[in-house]
Amino acid sequence: MISRAQRILFFAMLIAAVVMAVGLIRLRERAEDRMHAAQGPTEPVEQVDAPATPVTLYIPNDLDNTLAGAQRSLRLPQDDSARARVLLAALLEAFRAPQSTHRIGGASSSAARDQAAETLQPADIDEVYLMPVPQAAGTQTIPGKMAVVDFSAAFAQSHPSGVEPETLTLLSVIGTLHANLPSITRVQFLVDGRQQDTLAGHADLTRIYLASNNGRPGGQ
Amino acid sequence: MRWTSPAPRSWVCLSLLPILLLGQQQAQQTPKAAPALPAHVTPPVPTPSIPAPTPPSVAPRFLVVLDAAHGGNDTGARISSNILEKDITLSLTARLRSMLSAHGIGVITTRDSDVNLTPVARAETANRTPASACILIHATATGSGVHLYTSSLAATTPTRFAPWQTGQSAYVTQSLKLSSEIDSALAHAQIPVTLGRTFLQPMDSLTCPAVAVEVAPLIAGTSMKATPLSDSAYQRSILDALTAALDEWRNDWRQQP
Repeated sequence: MISRAQRILFFAMLIAAVVMAVGLIRLRERAEDRMHAAQGPTEPVEQVDAPATPVTLYIPNDLDNTLAGAQRSLRLPQDDSARARVLLAALLEAFRAPQSTHRIGGASSSAARDQAAETLQPADIDEVYLMPVPQAAGTQTIPGKMAVVDFSAAFAQSHPSGVEPETLTLLSVIGTLHANLPSITRVQFLVDGRQQDTLAGHADLTRIYLASNNGRPGGQ
Repeated sequence: MRWTSPAPRSWVCLSLLPILLLGQQQAQQTPKAAPALPAHVTPPVPTPSIPAPTPPSVAPRFLVVLDAAHGGNDTGARISSNILEKDITLSLTARLRSMLSAHGIGVITTRDSDVNLTPVARAETANRTPASACILIHATATGSGVHLYTSSLAATTPTRFAPWQTGQSAYVTQSLKLSSEIDSALAHAQIPVTLGRTFLQPMDSLTCPAVAVEVAPLIAGTSMKATPLSDSAYQRSILDALTAALDEWRNDWRQQP
């Protein structure tokens, strides 16, 4: 004979198992949606028919170690990951502009630089993932999202080596993402899908950078 | 001899117990009961205790740690077709060490030759000494003048133990002051300076006021004609300014908390 208490316990556990199963299925569906959204706009030219949206790109200047806000109009997709990818593609494209003072590429002479600018392909970023901010167990929920920016190996190899140019690149990416997608409060950088010590020998990529409005990055 | 039963062993233990107890009791009584002296013997006059020698009040030595960035397989930036960052940082460090020594400043370098060194090994060398300043020498082909960088870590109060990756956080305030001293000296030498903060290893692990000094070609005004890093007069003016700044820091650093 099964007691009443045991029956209640059985049904409570059954209900809990069903709820957990539904939750897991929902989480998996969301993860798949995010993955499809991130994989969707693989090329920056692959944009939706949305109206052009004004965006702010923070473009570095190596000569005075500053970031200058530049207004552009871009057709942005609805999904945040895809928007971030389009934004960063436009930002890194601006690095290669002829008048840019933050050139990506190893050429030293102006003629060679122009040639390099033409040959460089816009595959500087492999992926941009958006995810909840990681937090320790038992702590309060941290608001905002973390963007994981995966630079291509070619981009890292062609990036000028130095404390200033590498720091400016990271700051411009963080500033541009946070200015246009304020929900992004943390940024982590990968190179070719892996965590590396530095971008090109200097700026530390092992940390998670905090995006803030005061222009100075924090870190964890 | 070998015991085959526990009985003889227990007898031996029991017979040894009084001896052990007696010995222990005597040992406890010995310091209390001094042997009685005969009446005609005067007790010896106790000699005055010799005060322990007090250590001479010498001010801590002013030491500077110089870290020539990169080395070995890690070449750093390519400054020009035949100049690598690892070579120019080593050359600048050697010359700066000589100039600081001439000013009576103690110098410790993390490397004196073209060797591979991990950031951890560099930080270990610096953190083993009570350094008053740590200068990390870098070079780059981009930008103009000298770039001064301090750690982006948030300033914290010093603690006995700190995580290795954030050891610099307790020294950030001092590092900013040192950076300001160097900035003033370079400005006095009319060398353009940019200031910034970044995450850089081994700087973030150093437990001393630390500044990364990155030397770039000198671009005057709006012209794109640059004085290269290999220019000896340009190098000399930077090293003179760094020496003057560290000489000034020698007077200021003791006032730091």
